[in-house]
Amino acid sequence: MSIDTSKVADTNATTPAKASKPNPVGAAAGWADDRLGLATAMKKQVRKVFPDHWSFMLGEIALWSFIVLLLTGVFLTLWFTPSMGETTYEGSYNQLRGIQMSEAYASTLNISFDVRGGLLMRQMHHWAAMLFVAAMMVHLLRVFFTGAHRKPRELNWVIGCLLLILGTLEGFTGYSLPDDLLSGTGIRAADGFIKATPVVGTYMSFFLFGGEFPGEAIIPRLFTVHVLLIPGILLALVGAHMLLLVYHKHTQWPGPGRTEQNVVGYPLLPIYAAKAGGFFFVVFGVIALMGALLSINPVWKFGPYDPSKVTAGSQPDWYMGWPDGALRIMPGIETHIWGTTWSWNVLLPIQVLPMVMFTLLLFLPFIESWITGDKRDHHILQRPRNAPTRTATMVALMTAYGLFWAAGGNDIIAIKLHLSINHITYFMRLMVFLGPVIAFWITRRWCISLQRHDNDMLLHGYESGIIMRSADGGYSERHLPLSESRAYTLTARGRDEVFTPGTGVDENGVAARGGRLDKVRGKLSALMYADNVQKPTRAELEEARHHAEHEHALQAGLDHPASGHEFDDHALRTAEDVPLRGAHGETAGAGSGSTSGGAGGQHDDTDEQPGH
Amino acid sequence: MRLLNRSAGRLSRYRRRPIAGLAVLMFGLLLTGSLYAAFSPAQAGQAESDEALVAKGRDIFIVGCSTCHGLNGEGINSSRDGKILGPSLIGVGAAAVDFQVGTGRMPLAQPGSQAQRKPPVYTPDEVEALAAYVASLGVGPAIPDESDYSIAGLSEQEREEAIVRGGQIFLTNCTACHNFEGSGGAMPRGGYAPKIRGVDPKYIYEAMLTGPQAMDTFSNGNLSPEEKRDVIAYLQSLEDQPSYSGFGLGGMGPVSEGLFAWLFGIGLCVAFAVWIAAHTTRSSKSKVEA
Repeated sequence: MSIDTSKVADTNATTPAKASKPNPVGAAAGWADDRLGLATAMKKQVRKVFPDHWSFMLGEIALWSFIVLLLTGVFLTLWFTPSMGETTYEGSYNQLRGIQMSEAYASTLNISFDVRGGLLMRQMHHWAAMLFVAAMMVHLLRVFFTGAHRKPRELNWVIGCLLLILGTLEGFTGYSLPDDLLSGTGIRAADGFIKATPVVGTYMSFFLFGGEFPGEAIIPRLFTVHVLLIPGILLALVGAHMLLLVYHKHTQWPGPGRTEQNVVGYPLLPIYAAKAGGFFFVVFGVIALMGALLSINPVWKFGPYDPSKVTAGSQPDWYMGWPDGALRIMPGIETHIWGTTWSWNVLLPIQVLPMVMFTLLLFLPFIESWITGDKRDHHILQRPRNAPTRTATMVALMTAYGLFWAAGGNDIIAIKLHLSINHITYFMRLMVFLGPVIAFWITRRWCISLQRHDNDMLLHGYESGIIMRSADGGYSERHLPLSESRAYTLTARGRDEVFTPGTGVDENGVAARGGRLDKVRGKLSALMYADNVQKPTRAELEEARHHAEHEHALQAGLDHPASGHEFDDHALRTAEDVPLRGAHGETAGAGSGSTSGGAGGQHDDTDEQPGH
Repeated sequence: MRLLNRSAGRLSRYRRRPIAGLAVLMFGLLLTGSLYAAFSPAQAGQAESDEALVAKGRDIFIVGCSTCHGLNGEGINSSRDGKILGPSLIGVGAAAVDFQVGTGRMPLAQPGSQAQRKPPVYTPDEVEALAAYVASLGVGPAIPDESDYSIAGLSEQEREEAIVRGGQIFLTNCTACHNFEGSGGAMPRGGYAPKIRGVDPKYIYEAMLTGPQAMDTFSNGNLSPEEKRDVIAYLQSLEDQPSYSGFGLGGMGPVSEGLFAWLFGIGLCVAFAVWIAAHTTRSSKSKVEA
């Protein structure tokens, strides 16, 4: 259903538009459109608008490193042999020649030393995996800190969390495949984790390994999981994540012209296609650079896996580091009930803790919306300071994560900082409980102070940096009013309302359903909102403006950039006026919300025009 | 034969001359001296200088070591809580002294969980004297000769086999503490297995032989001299080979890799993201502020 638009005027200007000359690209597009009918769908999508901010590109790092993972991963599968069959190494690496090893390890050595570009591909694959999970995590933090997980995006948050845990599992299975000493130690640890499951642990381990550890089944099984099962799910979830992103439209920072109904930014074609496409090459380049220059997992130094061997510095990749840290600092507690062993020292840190943390992460948006009772759609982001309790909650979680993480590297910390590994363990045992509390409290107070600062700016203006000495010798700093667009941006947020539970009884005097739950909710809501600083009211702002205008009237000369002489008698003298400071931010009345980059703001052309 | 008879006869004519006895005496002395010099044990010649060395070592020992190890190297037990101030050195051998003093671990900078490696306090001559003195206290392992830990004398084929064998011994016995490429690792209570890359092979050999501090002793009974030599050959081969995979990140394993992924990888990508987002579109060359 293509419509011939060549005869239709496409402009409202005074001169009629002429049909452009046919070109080969247009002809090809027309050919495809006649058969596929994509134009109607694409017309809307290629004009899709994305807002411009660096923090919106963090998820892209994950997406692009995932693409690099797929590309390098395909390369590696062409040479990797997922088999635990015994073989004798006869390749190029001298130090292992003639050693008995599994075919998986031999083929990994083969990729590293005898396949052209193989080592680069291996290292790029591994670095990309590290970046993939790290970027997902940074993206998650950005989303949570800015409130982008609120309605209608809760399900996309859930999908993101699933991507994070699947990415972690995918990384772990990949780490285990080369069957070198380090990866074998990792599988051995995983075997221990599974066996720590009460009662059924040994059965599960036997099912997974096809018998006693290590057996011959685990590498082929992990391979299938690594190259087929998890990547398939990952791809599907990435697709769903992106579709929801398109459906919901991108969130944006508050500002003049930005509302809950629009998105201010640039269209996909040509601008975002270029920016995002370019960013792909940047991420690809960074990964290639790391793969080429920085050593990662030098498997040939580890030697083939042998359950009787282990090496110092046996750690998982970073994303599995925090449960490993919990395991390292856990006291050895074990109970025996009716002939079964309950290995709390493994069960709690490795199975229970990650599960609890992950469930908490999944439910964060739902917990928050239940406490706040906020069922509105949100497309305008919040600054982290404007949700102090939420920000503090995530910082507390990050602190716990960081401490567990550090505990996972306790041996490296011990030798690099010349500390006792025992003391690190004791310290961490305390701090994983205390640290998050301290972090929560500091962050929350910090955010509230920043809110207060915003209000000061709104009511009293920004600090001009001009110090005045009064007639009696006192010094004070002059404040100048904020530009209107800045003031708008600062005030573009809602007022927090603390939920007050009802009386607990309905009109008939009967206890209402959920009355007790309401009380809990009220308390949590008070914790969440009661201490927040609300933006100034209209009356307060008008009062402040009136006050400022009054000062303006008293001290003329504020209708141009601050020169430092606003408050003295300089104007009365004849000396030439040299501005102390350039234009501050945007001028009043700027920011009409146009999507073009030119609107709003003042030309600061002094440094652009030579000879000025 | 006639010639011999004639010359013997001629010589025989002088046998009664006064000088003959002197000549025989001289000949006998010369022969005895030469034979003695040729066949006597080597130490016999050094006997006196060895004694001097031991005496010199004892002088150094009394000044620098006896506070903790006792005037005769018998060790000192602290009167309080039965802690050992310095262990007995009787029977530790010259190798232990050469290792501990030669690498600067002894004399201790301060008591602690473990002696730190630092620039040696004594010159090689003084170390030799100290080693000789301690060796004189009781039988112990001697300082190894370079031929003990060098594979230079082996054929190409044997050398390669020695390295492969040494690698397997290293991965079995050493990596648990010293890490897969000898970067070192942590031990309980502030102890640590030191980095063994870039360490003089002699000291590695001595460490295996004497088991300093927390380290096990790999006596010649459980790790033969050849096997020790092979371990050293493997470590040397790791140092000699090019870094195939690029900058090694300290050879600490996944922890340093994770650090680089975050600081370098994510750091660089975010820096680029900031850069891309900061450059907005513009239709003219002059800067436009959004």
